[in-house]
Amino acid sequence: MPIRNILNKTSDWLGGDGPHHQIVVSSRVRLARNIQGVSFPGWAKKMERVETMERIRPQVEALPEMGDAFSLPCQELSALEKQVLVERHLISREHAARGAGSAVVMNRKQNLSIMINEEDHLRMQAIRSGLQLKAAFKAVNKVDTELEASLDFAFDPNLGYLTACPSNVGTGMRASAMVHLPGLVLSEQVNQVIQAVNKIGLAVRGLYGEGTEALGNLFQVSNQTTLGESEEQIIERLQKVILQLIEHEQNARLSMLQHRPTTLLDHIGRAYGILKHSHSMASKEALNLLSLAKLACDLEFYPEAWRVAVDELFMETQPAHLQKGSQQKLGPEDRDVLRARIIREKLAECPSPAGEAVLSRIPKAASTKRKKAAGDDLLEG
Amino acid sequence: MLCDVCKTANASVFLTQIVDGKMQKVNMCEACSKERGVTDPTAFALADFLQGLGGAQEVEQLGGGQPQQKCGTCGLTQMEFKKTGRLGCSDCYSTFADGITSMLSGMHKGSSHTGKVPERLAKRIERDRLLKELQQHLKKAVAEEDYEEAASLRDRIKELEVVV
Ligand SMILES: [Zn+2]
Ligand SMILES: [Zn+2]
Repeated sequence: MPIRNILNKTSDWLGGDGPHHQIVVSSRVRLARNIQGVSFPGWAKKMERVETMERIRPQVEALPEMGDAFSLPCQELSALEKQVLVERHLISREHAARGAGSAVVMNRKQNLSIMINEEDHLRMQAIRSGLQLKAAFKAVNKVDTELEASLDFAFDPNLGYLTACPSNVGTGMRASAMVHLPGLVLSEQVNQVIQAVNKIGLAVRGLYGEGTEALGNLFQVSNQTTLGESEEQIIERLQKVILQLIEHEQNARLSMLQHRPTTLLDHIGRAYGILKHSHSMASKEALNLLSLAKLACDLEFYPEAWRVAVDELFMETQPAHLQKGSQQKLGPEDRDVLRARIIREKLAECPSPAGEAVLSRIPKAASTKRKKAAGDDLLEG
Repeated sequence: MLCDVCKTANASVFLTQIVDGKMQKVNMCEACSKERGVTDPTAFALADFLQGLGGAQEVEQLGGGQPQQKCGTCGLTQMEFKKTGRLGCSDCYSTFADGITSMLSGMHKGSSHTGKVPERLAKRIERDRLLKELQQHLKKAVAEEDYEEAASLRDRIKELEVVV
């Protein structure tokens, strides 16, 4: 299948309706595997990398899951195509930068993607919408079992699957969920929650932006360790923590509706005004305003039908996605203008947020008791 | 556990990173971590931080062997492993086993794999495990002078060793 067909289609998991999809955007599970006795991609000579790729790629393409796959060596993809795949989280930024001897194979639904010769010989990932870590693991685990029949994976009885970086050894698995936490950010509880999650050996980082900045209030929660626990145990632990995160986020939202309704209405109303009327918008501003629009959808300030439009805008306003739909080369300023126009046009018919109507349905603050501090229960498990 | 910076408050932020081929750990209380701008331990550059902090513990030197020690399969040296923190091939794990084992125990939840096993190896691994167990029983039987038990254990071990 030509890559154009893939790029013009939105990813299956993006517009998804998986469990808890309001707060958990997507779940993803990645497995790292290597061929026994063959140099890892980072250390192998170019010739060796090409040989390994030629050995692995036909096996991956032959998978029943890859019946309608797109499969290409990295150097045959344009910089723009690679960037689009990075923005969709289908390949890593590192993989996009790799040259000869690396390839990517992904299915039409874009919920299964396999990188050949990334940091390890194989990086296989399954993505699902909402909180579906178990389903994602099941899918990628099946692929792994199918491939081990024809590929001799490096495995040590004591250390498990052997990987280029010792931090992945054991299961070679990284399970993660992308969560949207505007309530915890707005109520300034998010750092406390992140620290609690870090303490139990899970990593939390902002999805967009550098360092500690989390643009769009989107965070990625994942396991940090891969050795000493089974795949199921790791996923179980992550799942439990994410369910607690969801609860904290919901409490934070309810608490804002009850105790700071004016602040909340003001944030959401201003976001609506700017999204609908601006003529130039940087990526950072767009992510933060779209996050508020997404929150407003969850709180039923907008009719449910608008959710898809808002979710799609998160992806459509990324730099490579903007460039993809344009004939000429865009500079940063052109992109900001185009971004504002796409948002304006997409939300043109979106009605004003129905804040007051929603607030009138919220129970009075006195009737609900305050929950314990966010993050405390994360440490109990 | 006390904070490595102020050495008075209880630590609640734990950082572990590989810096210059050595695993470094720093534990900080909430106040000190805030003061130093640590809000995301995974994104925080421990290297910069350590230069201004004498109290950090150097947990483990990567690899105990000679810097010139080389992997027979891929040719990666101990030095190169130290520099990048990446191994050259799966056999490197046995070449540099000493250093890696101690490094892993500080990095992960446990030191041995309890998850999935490739089907092809599952049988062999189970046999090896059983063999080890029987050999321990045998030792014990001999020590207790239970020669009948020892003889039967020897037979079972022999049987298992034949099947490869
Ligand atoms: Zn302190
Ligand atoms: Zn090696």
